Amino acid sequence: MSLLLEIDNLATIIHTGSKMIRAVDGLTLKINKGETFALVGESGCGKSITALSVMRLLPDAGEIVAGTINLDGKNILLIPEADMRNLRGKRISMIFQEPMLSLNPVMTVGDQIGEVLQRHFNLSGTAIHDRIFKLLNQVGIPDPLRRMNEYPFQFSGGMKQRVMIAMALAGQPELLIADEPTTALDVTIQAQVLDLMRDLQHSNHMAIMLITHDLGVVAEMAHQVAVMYAGEIIEAAPREEFFQNPAHPYSKKLFASLPGKNRRTHELAVIQGNVPPLSKEFSGCRFADRCEHVWETCHNKAPDWYKLSENHAVRCHLFHNNTVLTSTYANTQNQSVSTEKTLSSTSTDAAALLRVTDLTMHFPIRSGLLKRITGHVKAVDGVSFAIAQGKTLALVGESGCGKTTVGKSILQLIQPTAGSVFFDGRELVGLTRQQMLTQRADLQIVFQDPYSSLNPRMRIIDIILEGINALHINGNRSHQSSSHQSRAAEERVDAILQRVGLPPETKWRYPHEFSGGQRQRIAIARALAVNPKLLICDEPTSALDVSVQAQILNLLKSLQYNLKLSYLFITHNLSVVEYIANEIAVMYLGRIVERGQVDDVLNNPRHPYTQALLSAVPSINNESKRAVMHLQGDIPSPATPPPGCHFHPRCPHAMPVCRKTYPGLTAFNSTHMAHCYLYSTTQSS
Amino acid sequence: MPFSFVILWTDALVFVLVVIVAILVRHIRRHEHLRTPWLRVGKSASGMAALTVLLFFIIIGLLDSIHFRPALENRYNNGEQVYSAEVLSLFDVIVNPLRTNVEKTYSAPLAAYLYAKETVSLPDGHQVREFSRLKFGGAHLQHPETQRIDDITARTAAGIGLGFAAWMLLVALLALMLARHHQESFKKSLSSIWRGATEIPWNAVLITLAAILTLLGIILMLTPYYHVLGTDKVGQDVLYQALKSIRTALVIGAITTLIMLPFALLLGIMAGYFQGWVDDIIQYIYTTLSSIPSVLLIAAAVLMMQVYIETHPELFETTAERADLRLLFLCIILGITSWTGLCRLLRGETLKLREMEYIQAAHAFGVSHWRVISRHILPNVMHIVLIATVMDFSGLVLAEAVLSYVGVGVDPSMISFGTMINAARLEMAREPMVWWTLLAAFGLMVALVLSANLFADAVQHAFDPRIQTLSEKTSIMRRSSNRKNSVGPAAATPSSKKIKHTPPA
Repeated sequence: MSLLLEIDNLATIIHTGSKMIRAVDGLTLKINKGETFALVGESGCGKSITALSVMRLLPDAGEIVAGTINLDGKNILLIPEADMRNLRGKRISMIFQEPMLSLNPVMTVGDQIGEVLQRHFNLSGTAIHDRIFKLLNQVGIPDPLRRMNEYPFQFSGGMKQRVMIAMALAGQPELLIADEPTTALDVTIQAQVLDLMRDLQHSNHMAIMLITHDLGVVAEMAHQVAVMYAGEIIEAAPREEFFQNPAHPYSKKLFASLPGKNRRTHELAVIQGNVPPLSKEFSGCRFADRCEHVWETCHNKAPDWYKLSENHAVRCHLFHNNTVLTSTYANTQNQSVSTEKTLSSTSTDAAALLRVTDLTMHFPIRSGLLKRITGHVKAVDGVSFAIAQGKTLALVGESGCGKTTVGKSILQLIQPTAGSVFFDGRELVGLTRQQMLTQRADLQIVFQDPYSSLNPRMRIIDIILEGINALHINGNRSHQSSSHQSRAAEERVDAILQRVGLPPETKWRYPHEFSGGQRQRIAIARALAVNPKLLICDEPTSALDVSVQAQILNLLKSLQYNLKLSYLFITHNLSVVEYIANEIAVMYLGRIVERGQVDDVLNNPRHPYTQALLSAVPSINNESKRAVMHLQGDIPSPATPPPGCHFHPRCPHAMPVCRKTYPGLTAFNSTHMAHCYLYSTTQSS
Repeated sequence: MPFSFVILWTDALVFVLVVIVAILVRHIRRHEHLRTPWLRVGKSASGMAALTVLLFFIIIGLLDSIHFRPALENRYNNGEQVYSAEVLSLFDVIVNPLRTNVEKTYSAPLAAYLYAKETVSLPDGHQVREFSRLKFGGAHLQHPETQRIDDITARTAAGIGLGFAAWMLLVALLALMLARHHQESFKKSLSSIWRGATEIPWNAVLITLAAILTLLGIILMLTPYYHVLGTDKVGQDVLYQALKSIRTALVIGAITTLIMLPFALLLGIMAGYFQGWVDDIIQYIYTTLSSIPSVLLIAAAVLMMQVYIETHPELFETTAERADLRLLFLCIILGITSWTGLCRLLRGETLKLREMEYIQAAHAFGVSHWRVISRHILPNVMHIVLIATVMDFSGLVLAEAVLSYVGVGVDPSMISFGTMINAARLEMAREPMVWWTLLAAFGLMVALVLSANLFADAVQHAFDPRIQTLSEKTSIMRRSSNRKNSVGPAAATPSSKKIKHTPPA
């Protein structure tokens, strides 16, 4: 295979006011023709800046200060901007993470693809039309002749990403840079897009530089893997070798921090601390401060590359004297696992703390002059489940299936249309604001985005005290002196902050001074401050990096163990579910299609949708390749759900009866049940 | 007592505003997240230069807002002090000769003779028509024809010298202060000011100050002997009028904002937060209000007020009080007609904010609506309020000029840019033309509005989250490439000069 892109010792800095950020610092990599090269790393390690450097599309504050980027042996940093324009979109293309923002909303998708063709091929008229047709066909957009004249808002997220790919392919590039191409997409859609990219790579024989934080995606896509940390590559290897035998302590930790079923009884391995700020000067190994195997040399001397095999290289002092050290290293690794605290499974308390029955939430669609109701968005359509004290129920589903609405209507943040929410012996639906106030302390919520869930203008102590003050948690509201009270409140905040693993002195600071993981801890602390019995976690880790996610999951698990909390865990991430949940409920289009104990459902999924969902999750264990069952199409709109079983248009086993009426409940054992006609005939007990 | 204080309505409001600003400054200094954007304003050279000019205007305006009635010689029969019917301000006292040196009629800037011929009877009984000497302008000269130019040049030079000396003193003081603050040598801090290496662009401030002080020096040296900007129809000094107009303009700009803010804040946030019928009602109110031609509304209201004032003369002790009430009323009516724009902005922002997760979290705690509004929403829309008010300020100053010109503005006895322009309008048609009144009003108004606008620009730049994104986003450097994409033009047009190359080793 011949070399296509060669980056040598690239250094990019970003000027921000007083500080200078070395976003990329001495990065060297090689990408061969027709090969997928995955650049893996946590956020803030310089992956995207690397991509933008290759495209020479850095923001104004960015500057490439050293290094060469050779495309086919020609240094593209030396060519003038005009020539670079001929290169972009033609030989190197890029697709971005957020398809919603990457397309111009006032141009038809055909025009947007046509722009690239006009620019690089001087095509016009019917020739352009034909090319656009072929491209859209190639990326699997049905009915391209009609769709090419439609606007981006008429496409779903997955379809938009296909259009983006079509645009990127229009120039027939030799190198496609994909910056987190599927992060914003649902798993079933992600599987479709990854499939598409793989097929296109085979047929077009182009190289892909895949930037991602998801090791599962890497395992499915990559030929070569490079792990990036704090602006430099610390390990590079072919995929098989990397996944069988990751060498760098950081890579190992990344694998260890992935949640999963086999780790249920243990705490997840965490990488202490955060990615170091790139504005500081590094003297030794950049990972030294967070590394468990750190020794003196690590702090003083930056490690060189050590070759483990022909293509596998690592930047770590541990491999200096190859064999000896690695063996001791392996031992310590084993020990650290065995000494990890084993969390016993929580007590079995059968009485349900929360029982939701036939919860329904219909949002009216109004139209016309008089705002008459012309239809309903059936966001939640008859959902029932129960959570016992100290247990975790995971509500799983793709975006738009109504899982967040369930959470909010349990909290009475929105009034459900019908159904009942029975919590701790009391009916919550229909309570007035005042009556609900007495229940508020028992039910709390942790949100997905730690950046928007904390008021940027309030100090941490004020954020945490807000709930305490609003609900008068301090119990006796006797007339103590105000100074005494405020000291008591401060102590309380200190205790809560320590409980979530933050030093008490942080309470005087503002949210912007914290990283994403720390913010999520603060959000959890805020919820804990009022001593809730049930915590609704609405995708609490999906905005976080893997290592930080492990920290938060550990925290949630230990809190559950110590405080006997119940969780309603709303997520789309099945590996997190495997790790944390006791029971699972799979939602599709406002209804629960399958629920049961986590082992039953995940080992033996009955509903075709659950099966598809499980098979779509990219797995790092490539040996156990499952029969991949890929769904076609997108989730239908909840305003007009398909008649009969909601899933039938995408279901590979659809039968005529599926189109007529919604299937009834089929129980497989006392807890495991599903709504599907495949089983109703045989097992209707 | 040699005088008795008079507190006019607008004076009271101006000082309330000063107190509010002082409290806000204290509050902002204590909170780091509030201080940072202001520090960014402090780093803008144009903003700081504009602020220096604005400060001079504000100082004049404040001096002109301390009113009193001087005591007269005679006393009432019961021994009570009699006070003059004329209300003076501290500023009037400071620039006393300007106010009292009144000529007969028009005279050109720096002239020694009147602008119009008049009939003078000579000692021998003859009568001639000639340009007679001014009572004050150039009165010290024996032969104005020959001496005037030299005299003016000499005094101007002296004024420049004086201004420069004062400026040097200020520079030295500043450098000394910075040197003490940073613990470095006087020379070093001086050079860092000169090179613009200081945190706050002191060099821009100092250059502005140099210009202002030189002008002040010249005016200071010339005014005792000349009318620097000439006199108007009744012989009053135009410079004095122009300086007095500053207060009127500032009062209109500032107090109108003070009156408008509660409407805009309360209604805008309520509409966005509560939605439903509250939103409907508020939207109807402001849609209706903004579809009435505001000049008509203002004219009707002001004329009604005028009638009321004229039929109740017993309510006002002095003419100044009468004029002041009319000014206040103009501010109120301008405030009532101009809150809709900000209200609309705030409604939109609140609609966005109320879906934020921290507000949802507050709801989950059962925090009351008013607490959510005051603790979560209000602090997060303040940047919009600030940008809108500084932007509106210059618009209101201009609006006053237009309204007074039309005749529905301030009381004719009150000096303002509008009344000056109105008076100058007729004289533009004269032959030879009387141009200096208009020029004076125009020049000062442009200086005021331009500096207010430049300052508003700097404020917007520092507070608008969309503008400051670049530096912040890169510093956060989150993985989402869409954010970098949204930097838009910056990313789309990278200049090749940004890329520096090191020769391959």
